[in-house]
Amino acid sequence: MNGVEGFMYPNEIELHWSVLIVLYPYITGLVAGAFILASLERVFRVEAVKPTYRLALFTALSFLLVAPLPLQLHLGHPERSPEMYFTPHSTSAMAMFGYVYLWYLMAVLVFEIWLDYRCDIVLLAEQSHGMKRLLYRVMTLGSSNISPRSLHIDERVGWIVTLVGIPSAFMLHGYVGFIFGSIKANPWWSSPLMPVVFIFSAMVSGIACVMVLYMATTKMRGRKIDMLCVDTIAMYLFYTFIIDFSLETLDLIHRIYEADESFRSLDFMVHSKLYFSHIVVQIICGTLIPLALLAVTQLVKLGEVTRKRIYATAGVLTLIGIFAMRWNVVIGGQLFSKSFLGYTTYKMSLISKEGLLMAFGLTLLPLGILWVLIKLLPPWPEENAQAVTGD
Amino acid sequence: MNLSRRQILILLPAAAVAWKSVLAGTPESAPNYRMSDHWWGMLIDIPKCIGCGNCVRACQAENDVPDGFFRTWVERYHVTDEHMTNPEVISPDGGKEGFPVAKEDAGKYFFVPKLCNHCADSPCTQVCPVGATFVTPDGVVLADPKYCLGCAYCVQACPYGCRYIHPEKKVVDKCTLCYHRITKGLTTACAENCPTGARQLVDLKNPNDPIHAFLKTHSVQILKPQMATGAKVYYNELDGAVR
Amino acid sequence: MNPFKDVEHLFRFAGLFVVAFVVFWAIRSHVVPPTFGQYGHYRAAAIGEIAARPVHYAGHDACETCHTDVLDVKKAGKHAQVNCEACHGPQSQHADDPGTVTPAKLDTATLCVRCHAASAARPKAFPQVDAVDHANGVPCETCHQPHSPAVDAGGTK
Repeated sequence: MNGVEGFMYPNEIELHWSVLIVLYPYITGLVAGAFILASLERVFRVEAVKPTYRLALFTALSFLLVAPLPLQLHLGHPERSPEMYFTPHSTSAMAMFGYVYLWYLMAVLVFEIWLDYRCDIVLLAEQSHGMKRLLYRVMTLGSSNISPRSLHIDERVGWIVTLVGIPSAFMLHGYVGFIFGSIKANPWWSSPLMPVVFIFSAMVSGIACVMVLYMATTKMRGRKIDMLCVDTIAMYLFYTFIIDFSLETLDLIHRIYEADESFRSLDFMVHSKLYFSHIVVQIICGTLIPLALLAVTQLVKLGEVTRKRIYATAGVLTLIGIFAMRWNVVIGGQLFSKSFLGYTTYKMSLISKEGLLMAFGLTLLPLGILWVLIKLLPPWPEENAQAVTGD
Repeated sequence: MNLSRRQILILLPAAAVAWKSVLAGTPESAPNYRMSDHWWGMLIDIPKCIGCGNCVRACQAENDVPDGFFRTWVERYHVTDEHMTNPEVISPDGGKEGFPVAKEDAGKYFFVPKLCNHCADSPCTQVCPVGATFVTPDGVVLADPKYCLGCAYCVQACPYGCRYIHPEKKVVDKCTLCYHRITKGLTTACAENCPTGARQLVDLKNPNDPIHAFLKTHSVQILKPQMATGAKVYYNELDGAVR
Repeated sequence: MNPFKDVEHLFRFAGLFVVAFVVFWAIRSHVVPPTFGQYGHYRAAAIGEIAARPVHYAGHDACETCHTDVLDVKKAGKHAQVNCEACHGPQSQHADDPGTVTPAKLDTATLCVRCHAASAARPKAFPQVDAVDHANGVPCETCHQPHSPAVDAGGTK
């Protein structure tokens, strides 16, 4: 009978939060994680990852621009979403989305990118023609001052922006974890660990994303991958993953040990409806295997080609695994009845406003935006120098 | 009908006028309804419910509830000795067309009508990002269909599963405690149509409300008290097996 | 020398925020509904709008104003607490315009069994029968007048 086993409250049978609501935290997680990687170089002076600095910022921006789309597509009345800006409800975690998003977009990401690129933008504006020239000139905001002192000030201000950006990134993604974690009605979600787990898994996915994108774009450009760079990124990925894994294991052990009223129902759900996405995809393929692969690279001296292959594999598996984690939280939280007496089924549509095809499209769109950004403002030092000097 | 023609001629217009004045009232502007004078709740007397489904049908007729969604519904519990806390529960189409005949066995059966509990500390109004759902000064939790975004956060936050997204209007919908009726001196559609009086509206601020006396002399419970929602739907003889 | 020469571009960026802020407040003052915040963080006018929704069940008081004879019969019998519309359905249109709108005739075959079909789930003391055993196809109102259903009260009028 319409996919229900056991008993569900009548209004619970249909899921209200679809795959797009799985995608949204995934995307903001990538944003936060990519930004943290960029901040490694800028604030914590990890010089080794400098080749990925600009790419990481662009990755964050590309995904951030797409982030509101799954939400708008999900809302019953997206035309009313400005209400979140005009009358945000101070008791609702979701209400802060509008302001945190705008803050992070304009006062952190765009500001930081602008400060880092300002010199290049001014030079590009002088060298280009037509529409492109107009675009670059708009981006300069009318100031063509690239004196050493102004650039030095840009650098100092950029440092502060990145520093402020770190808690901002945590806020941008952490509040999503809090949205779930603060719902006492849903025991699969309700936990003080939820925002923390979200943030750490976000860092894992963001770091893995930039690592994979760096390797892919470098290969596509026919250049040599900076091994010190990827080795360092992989190391940070490994240690962040250890923390994330520990947190999730703690949650699991805590649940099993306390075995509260929801435990039986949730346990059964994980072993039946969520078996594939939780045990197989998230835990085995998405966590244990990448961790093992990365551990090997940290403990054993391996050749460059082997390391590159391991990093690429681990990176892709991690990205899939963190998506599965979001899926298991969002969809999993709606598959069981709050009466703890039954389960329903998620009937994901293929071609609809909130369907699978739309989810794919929204995942690929940021890559398209990234491509445009790279074309407009080349992040690569060698090519950038050529473009700027007009070779 | 045994009314004489003369009687009808006098009664009809009087009744029509009386009815019109009932319909005309709006809460703040009606001279006889002040929100601060009332604090609404409901009493559900479990032993009286016979699972006829009249309340579910009446609510749908009164409030244009879409098929497949429920502002109120009835659950039937079957509790056996071996599974005192793990009952068998059914609610076929919310109990709208009643229930299948139950066979006599060693277990016990009972019906539990459910609706929005109009919580005083409602978790659903807490999470609304824009203020589209709220508790009125007279204790009724309402949703503003003109302001709601349809984000469904409140649906997730309700521990009782009483909210849903209207399939056509794409905004949240739920029991309004028939606010459009109770502010005019009528009772809720479900209470009006319950043949056994298992559902009764109660005005907790009115000491003369007959249900007040019932609440004082009987042992009543709310659903999921551990959630501390301040629910205002009180159940008489609610079994521990009820989820 | 202009001391702000090398930070002027920062002020330009900040200027974007100032402009956005001003535009935001200008829009907000026009867009936020006037009754918002009157009683709490919501649009107070919604209360009146919801209260003005149409009523479909007139309520037994409305019926009893005119149908006093039925009331006299009912209040003496077992269905005294069963309200009129519980069986007759929503009748606000009839109450509004009693002359023109006539309530539909009811079918006891489907109506009575809704409450009185025997089931182990129903309270033991509640009057319930197996329709086939009890009546074997004979309409309920042959022996039971719905307004006062006790058999000795006589069959249908």
